[in-house]
Amino acid sequence: MQLNKKKLKDLKIKANRIRELVIEMLFEAESGHPAGSLGMADIFTAFYFHILNHNPKNPNLPDRDRLVLSNGHICPGLYAAMALSGYFPLEELKTLRKINSRLQGHPHRTALPGLETSSGPLGEGLSQAIGIALAGNLDKKSYYTYCLTSDGEHEEGNIWEAAMFAAKYKLNKLIQVIDRNYIQIDGNTEDVMPLDPLKEKYEAFNWNAIEVDGNNIEEFIKAIENAKLTKDRPTVIIAKTIPGKGVSFMENECCWHGKAPNKEEAEKALNELKYVKS
Amino acid sequence: MLNPDLKLNNKLFDKDVEVKATRMGYGEGLLTLGGKDPNVVSLCADLTESTCNHLFAKAYPDRYFQVGVAEQNLAAIAAGLGVSGKVAFMSSYATFSPGKNWETIRTTIVYNDSNVKIAAHHAGIMTGPDGVTHQATEDIASVRSWPNIKILVPCDSIEAKKATIKAGEISGPVYLRFSRDKTPIITTEDTPFEIGKIQTFWTTDKPAATIFVTGYMLYYALLAGKELEEEGINVLVANVSTIKPLDGKKILSLAKMTKAFVSVEDHQVMGGLGGAIAEYTATSLPTPMEFVGLQDTFAESATTKELIEKYKMGKEDIKAAVKKVIQRKP
Repeated sequence: MQLNKKKLKDLKIKANRIRELVIEMLFEAESGHPAGSLGMADIFTAFYFHILNHNPKNPNLPDRDRLVLSNGHICPGLYAAMALSGYFPLEELKTLRKINSRLQGHPHRTALPGLETSSGPLGEGLSQAIGIALAGNLDKKSYYTYCLTSDGEHEEGNIWEAAMFAAKYKLNKLIQVIDRNYIQIDGNTEDVMPLDPLKEKYEAFNWNAIEVDGNNIEEFIKAIENAKLTKDRPTVIIAKTIPGKGVSFMENECCWHGKAPNKEEAEKALNELKYVKS
Repeated sequence: MLNPDLKLNNKLFDKDVEVKATRMGYGEGLLTLGGKDPNVVSLCADLTESTCNHLFAKAYPDRYFQVGVAEQNLAAIAAGLGVSGKVAFMSSYATFSPGKNWETIRTTIVYNDSNVKIAAHHAGIMTGPDGVTHQATEDIASVRSWPNIKILVPCDSIEAKKATIKAGEISGPVYLRFSRDKTPIITTEDTPFEIGKIQTFWTTDKPAATIFVTGYMLYYALLAGKELEEEGINVLVANVSTIKPLDGKKILSLAKMTKAFVSVEDHQVMGGLGGAIAEYTATSLPTPMEFVGLQDTFAESATTKELIEKYKMGKEDIKAAVKKVIQRKP
């Protein structure tokens, strides 16, 4: 699909809508993770409204592209993108984290059609995405497997086990997107456990590594297109994002990793997002 | 006597009884499954031969994945394959898998309802000379509290082959437990096998107690049952090849009939087979019970024979437990 000016504008509006929904959901749920959900809203938009070959009305389509969310705690952003693209009604977003809901606090595959894995404990998504990509190769399918991870979860050894395996098996239809927002629960990633130089680490692990501005939809989509040109290795896109993006008082503040806004904060956030839209 | 309905090995009590490791049964079962179902895949963490994956790996190299020494990766890759139409078997030693990757299995396989079969090898003190680091004696306890898992512990290599094939034919997570050493062949190809069924291998008139056993230790229990009968104490010996789901109906009928239980397992006495049975009878029909297994201690390096003797898990200890529990009958 061509990315013209009109489409790009539509995508930006969608991303803003996802941010509004995230704030509304978390306020309603009284808990959850705003920073990563807001920071990744542009990337969720790019996937669900441009990149993915998917059909929200037929989520089990064998040839669909797979999107695996490894850092499950940012699922409010994922749920908002899924609802907006038609997987389930928007009203259901209000049930997040509540009893009898399909929208579990961390995603549960068997609860909600369209989810590819259950996730939350960090470091496990990339390996699962590898398994899904291997199955695609065995079945001679052409689908892509995208795996969204966080920078903080790169402190888990499992990620590097997976990184070695994906390169060994030359999984070129596996594309990992790291949310490089430099925050984690206890502070800046480089203080908690330095990860840089991340790109060079991946290159040393025989991956194709691309750095982009993760809040620039156009740039991100181009990076995905470039990644698909690589045929002999997996690709990682290190997407630099602003945690809490779009809500001034949440941006770059690690205290908003896992805290819901109160009424006043939610109203203030929604007002700011309204301003962006107009 | 050996239950004639089950067509067991009639040379079981011979001195030169045939022996073979349950892990070999796994390897043969996996090979058979691979031929039947092109969706069967297998993964291993640098233990191809000792987990008997070499047969499958040689026959179906495109469906065999060498993960290296990385048990978390092993589990989560298997999980991804298992949600994508594959029947994924994953192998390592039980101390490492589920020992090291317990939460990975819980989240990505069990909660995620992925079609993965967790083959846990070298379980129990049977792993002998390697020492405690390689003797998984808590694995059943650690996986039994998961919802949505089946736990199979075959008693010999023939049953291990059948259990492996059955596990591959049903959908969803299954835990299979195997041991390293060659152990006596108890069943035959004609012995019926069904997941979730306890079978009485040693039958008698007017039994005074039931011995429940899981895994290869069934052999010691059958020897004990035979000798006890010669001493005038009649017991039943039941093979519990499925620990979860537990065959409660059969346990209840045996509780009513014999009113005294002994459990036998190569595992800690907490949380394993004995624990499962005791939990069940506590709410259905409280029954005096003795537990044969590791008594809340780590073992050490030695031969299996020496360990079973020192840690009181052999034939004589089973006999003593039977005598003790009979004394406790109301």
